[in-house]
Amino acid sequence: MAATARRIPMRFIGKRLLHAVVTIFGIAIINFFLLQLAPGDAADALAGESGTADPEYLANLRREFGLDRPLLEQLASFLMRIARLDLGYSFRYNEDIAHLIFHRLPATLLLMVTSVVLALGIGILFGVTAARYFNRLPDRLISLVALLLYATPPFWIGLMMILVFSVQLGWTPTGGMRDIAASSKGFAGVLDVARHLALPALTQAFFYLAIYTRLLRAGMLEVLNLEYIRVARAKGISERRISYVHALRNAVLPLVTVVGTNVGGFLGGAVLTETVFSWPGIGRLMFDAMFQRDLNLLLSILVLSSIFVVLANLVVDLLYAVINPTVELR
Amino acid sequence: MSFARALLRNWTMALGIVLLAAVFLMALTANFVFPGDPYDMVGPPLMWPGEYEGALLGTDSLGRDIAAGIFYGSRVSLLVGFSSVAVAMIVGVLVGAFAGFYGGWVDDVLMRVTELFQTIPQFMLAIVVVAVLGPSIGVIIVSLAIVSWPAVARLVRGEFLVLRDRAYVHGCIVAGMGDLRIIFRQILPNAAPVIIVMSTILVATAILMESALSFLGFGDPNVLTWGTMIGMGRSQLRDAWYIIAIPGVALLLTALALNLVGEGLNDLLNPRLRQRKA
Repeated sequence: MAATARRIPMRFIGKRLLHAVVTIFGIAIINFFLLQLAPGDAADALAGESGTADPEYLANLRREFGLDRPLLEQLASFLMRIARLDLGYSFRYNEDIAHLIFHRLPATLLLMVTSVVLALGIGILFGVTAARYFNRLPDRLISLVALLLYATPPFWIGLMMILVFSVQLGWTPTGGMRDIAASSKGFAGVLDVARHLALPALTQAFFYLAIYTRLLRAGMLEVLNLEYIRVARAKGISERRISYVHALRNAVLPLVTVVGTNVGGFLGGAVLTETVFSWPGIGRLMFDAMFQRDLNLLLSILVLSSIFVVLANLVVDLLYAVINPTVELR
Repeated sequence: MSFARALLRNWTMALGIVLLAAVFLMALTANFVFPGDPYDMVGPPLMWPGEYEGALLGTDSLGRDIAAGIFYGSRVSLLVGFSSVAVAMIVGVLVGAFAGFYGGWVDDVLMRVTELFQTIPQFMLAIVVVAVLGPSIGVIIVSLAIVSWPAVARLVRGEFLVLRDRAYVHGCIVAGMGDLRIIFRQILPNAAPVIIVMSTILVATAILMESALSFLGFGDPNVLTWGTMIGMGRSQLRDAWYIIAIPGVALLLTALALNLVGEGLNDLLNPRLRQRKA
């Protein structure tokens, strides 16, 4: 039953794009005012508080940020800098900040995609099984597991998994992304990264697994009572096929939106997971920036991550309009 | 009476209440059970639970009593969790109520701002607020309130959108009742059950986020929290994992208790759901 791709009107796409731009603008303004809240002037805050800033650097920063000019003018120049992705220079890393962040992005994306796929895969299996055995033992067990996962601090699960799988069993490395000794080329290199990826991806996946399982269980229970499922049963189609083919199609739709809105959560969670597993991504960079009191780097990560969330939401919005023909294209 | 019977039938909620009461009891009695500073050394370092008589749950690498840390840590968790959600409730209810009641441009403006705060990665925002204002209990409460209120605002707005078209609300308007009175005295009480249920879940989330902040070392350095204990025990993961495991279980049970209470309240306060379940 492959439906032909639905035509999405340009006006709809344009509206969404405009919305995204306005949102990014708003986020930049929030960031600007966050910086104003810092004690001292922005140059003091940006230079960090560990006393490494020499007067020349400070004067340079003040000129660059135009701190002698009125607030609105400062805001305008701040917005211009963000629009040009000119986020400044990190003296601690001796690197352009935009470059530094984009350099770390692939590792975080790999972690995020792997954990979403894991969470979705297991979540669908759990959710469908729980709904099929509603109020019976499998449902009770799955609901209990979901509840426990939801209530457990993810960083603690990560540490406990290191204890079991790395320290006791020796199956996986305790952290990092690659072995220095291992070959980084070809299949061996991929396998090496996969071994390092397993625990952090599972840690990130667990929390979302709980949410997806609950959502999908509720959605399946709703769908399984509908008329077309009864018709399918009457036709003698197997229960398994009804669950995974007929019902899942409709129950999985709300999940698409949730996965999209979770992107921000994933990035926040990455700060913890990447710190626990020394994964060289944006989260770890943020932890280091916080530790070194590099406020400019910290705010830049927040801005870029938020922009990333806006883009992800945009994609989900458009995707949802394509896969769900009943959604109104306003 | 039906409340008590429902409570008995709903044993998971009873379990949640018992666990939560235990956490509150620890917070209240910490001073009497462990009169000293939880940062003080009480015995030899790295004693496993049961190994040293002076410290039932063992000691950490500096000889501090882990049980004392658990008792004092419960205070911080509860204080931060409940205060931050209380602040988030006030902001979220105000924003959501006005947006839902008035609709139109008020709704547009308020919801755009709410969406903005929901777009920024929550935990990252909390970290940056702590970085800008400095780590203290007050700042952590504010930072967690900042990331928690948008969810409240959206929920309250949704409730108000439905409730404002009910006949009794129209009746109030016809009777000449003021807007504020309708919003807070007439509609809000009817939206209360959903808000209460959500607040318990939000407290659990706030407690977990506080522990995450202090685990990373961004918590208030003057108080001992469960997250701090886990963070400091990281280097002993290999040979003294109980230092991490014990506060982790405390966190898990506290968050679990709040979730169980929230689910139980949901069943009790939303009779429609209860019927569908039966």
